[in-house]
Amino acid sequence: MSTDPVTVSPSPTGASAPSGDERVGRTTPFALILRRPEVGALVASLVVGIFFALYARGFGELSGIANWTGVAATLGIPAVAVALLMIGGEFDLSAGVMVGTSGLVMSLLATEAGLNIWLAIVLTLLFAACVGAINGYLVMRTKLPSFIVTLATFFILQGANLGVTKAITGAVAVSGLDQASGFDAARGVFGGTFWAPYNFQISVLWWIAVTLLATWALTRTRFGNWVYGVGGDLEAARNVGVPVVRVKITLFMGTALASGLTGIIVALQISSAQASQGVGQELQFIVAAVVGGCLLTGGFGSAIGAALGALITGMAFIGIQFSGWNTDWRFLFLGVVLLLAVMLNTWIRKRASEARR
Amino acid sequence: MSTQDSTATTTTTDAGGLPPLERGAVALEVRNVSKHFGNVVALKDVSCVVEAGKVTCVLGDNGAGKSTFIKILSGVHQQDEGELLINGHEHRLTSPRAARERGVATVFQDLATVPLMSVWRNFFLGSEPQKGVGPLRRLDRAAAKRITREELAKMGIDVRDPEQPIGTMSGGERQAVAIARAMYFGARVLILDEPTSALGVKQAGRVLRYIAAARDRGVGVIFITHNPHHAFPIGDRFVILNRGRLKGSWQKGEITRDELVHQMSGGAELEQLAHELQKGEPA
Repeated sequence: MSTDPVTVSPSPTGASAPSGDERVGRTTPFALILRRPEVGALVASLVVGIFFALYARGFGELSGIANWTGVAATLGIPAVAVALLMIGGEFDLSAGVMVGTSGLVMSLLATEAGLNIWLAIVLTLLFAACVGAINGYLVMRTKLPSFIVTLATFFILQGANLGVTKAITGAVAVSGLDQASGFDAARGVFGGTFWAPYNFQISVLWWIAVTLLATWALTRTRFGNWVYGVGGDLEAARNVGVPVVRVKITLFMGTALASGLTGIIVALQISSAQASQGVGQELQFIVAAVVGGCLLTGGFGSAIGAALGALITGMAFIGIQFSGWNTDWRFLFLGVVLLLAVMLNTWIRKRASEARR
Repeated sequence: MSTQDSTATTTTTDAGGLPPLERGAVALEVRNVSKHFGNVVALKDVSCVVEAGKVTCVLGDNGAGKSTFIKILSGVHQQDEGELLINGHEHRLTSPRAARERGVATVFQDLATVPLMSVWRNFFLGSEPQKGVGPLRRLDRAAAKRITREELAKMGIDVRDPEQPIGTMSGGERQAVAIARAMYFGARVLILDEPTSALGVKQAGRVLRYIAAARDRGVGVIFITHNPHHAFPIGDRFVILNRGRLKGSWQKGEITRDELVHQMSGGAELEQLAHELQKGEPA
């Protein structure tokens, strides 16, 4: 080395380190909070909640809260799973119709096949996991966009829901679920209420549990790190040894299972299953995830954000009803909230993580 | 490899199972390697030696066979002819994972890090330290952040906030994170694919410092570049590829900077070009 006049040596003291760079400001605690993906959804849910609490009579009372949390829960359980999938860089358009399919599968097994309802629930969840695995396998195998693959699954399930239900029962719904053995106990766990006389839905507890589990998995486990990795840069993740195929298939199974759970909950709540249940909700799940800070391009987002996104939707739907407005307006409201929340998210993210080069 | 004892990593030892090689020992040797895709000969009879604690620069213009060469060394492609000796034993690397297990790590120019993820998450992506048992098995975040900070400090980078997204770091610093990561996970041979090509002059200088830091810790570095001005100050050995063949191989001291530039740029062709370009100008 000594013969070379231009020896390059490392600077162990960090002379070239950015600590001496006067262009880099300090990271304030405020900026750290803004860096969280769910900040926009938190602000939006507070604004929407306060607005309806002031404007719509009964909205802020416990019986009112029981009402809109129930609506938010059945949106929130799949939305949280869809958020994880979106962070992993994929979409699942079959998540909505899957709610209806699993409700039908469970109801048919418990009524027409005469199975015990608990066995029917287990089989339904297994079925949902299989559909998710097939979605994931097809996406990874064909390398087609998941948007297309799950759109196909969506139509296949929608057609099967109607066709199979009509062929077996002669109607577009399966009723008589409350006659199945074990119904009362299963309803107590999935479709019941608690805290009389306000009657909060048990589904709210499932929603909270799913959100906490997803948040734990995403931020505290190795699997969560892989989810961010495969969504942020698939090739980089593959290069450092992340089992990308396994991660993505697991995520697709997660959304199908969350939709399956929701289908079971809804069917037990109303003691029957409709063939059209859940159709169209897949976009509401995606809306909740995006309002909650998920990037459409993957690699960024949070489960709590998606849960808050579902909460906003639930509050808006019930709030509009309580205000005495025509409920036809609720989708207009949802669209405006989506637009504002996403603009807020983008602005916050830009402020919080200005790139320095 | 995947589970680190959090107390064992505070020293300078690497986390991988392979003990470091003695400086100057041959870490990797390539003998008469050839590769063709269909009837296109991508690489023909290329040989070179990489020693621990030294920098081997592989130079070549676009299409010279640099990419094919790296991909064989990193296990993406397999050679059709010739031998690849790692630590004196012949190997046929069937996958990037197989290469990593034998201590050969590759840092690709654009595919090294995930921009939206934090520095510490990037550092450990794919090999996360864990603690706890059963369903409570979780990331050891505190250890991961501490090790990230320590390992980057060894490269001369002061990370104040390991939670910052790596996309907010400069291109040179991101390369440094990838280099530090490869070394922490036990690389004996570090392949750097064009680490300076997308960078400005100052940033490129910094990356050369990181390469020197890796070299001084006893790693055999393969530095792929098309810029002889980046290669010359740091290289201990220079290998020039041209149209898939070995055009020449020199030790440090056997070749001057001008000669290297001359060899690299096709020599006579460039003089011809300079001559042609001058014609139009008033004398």
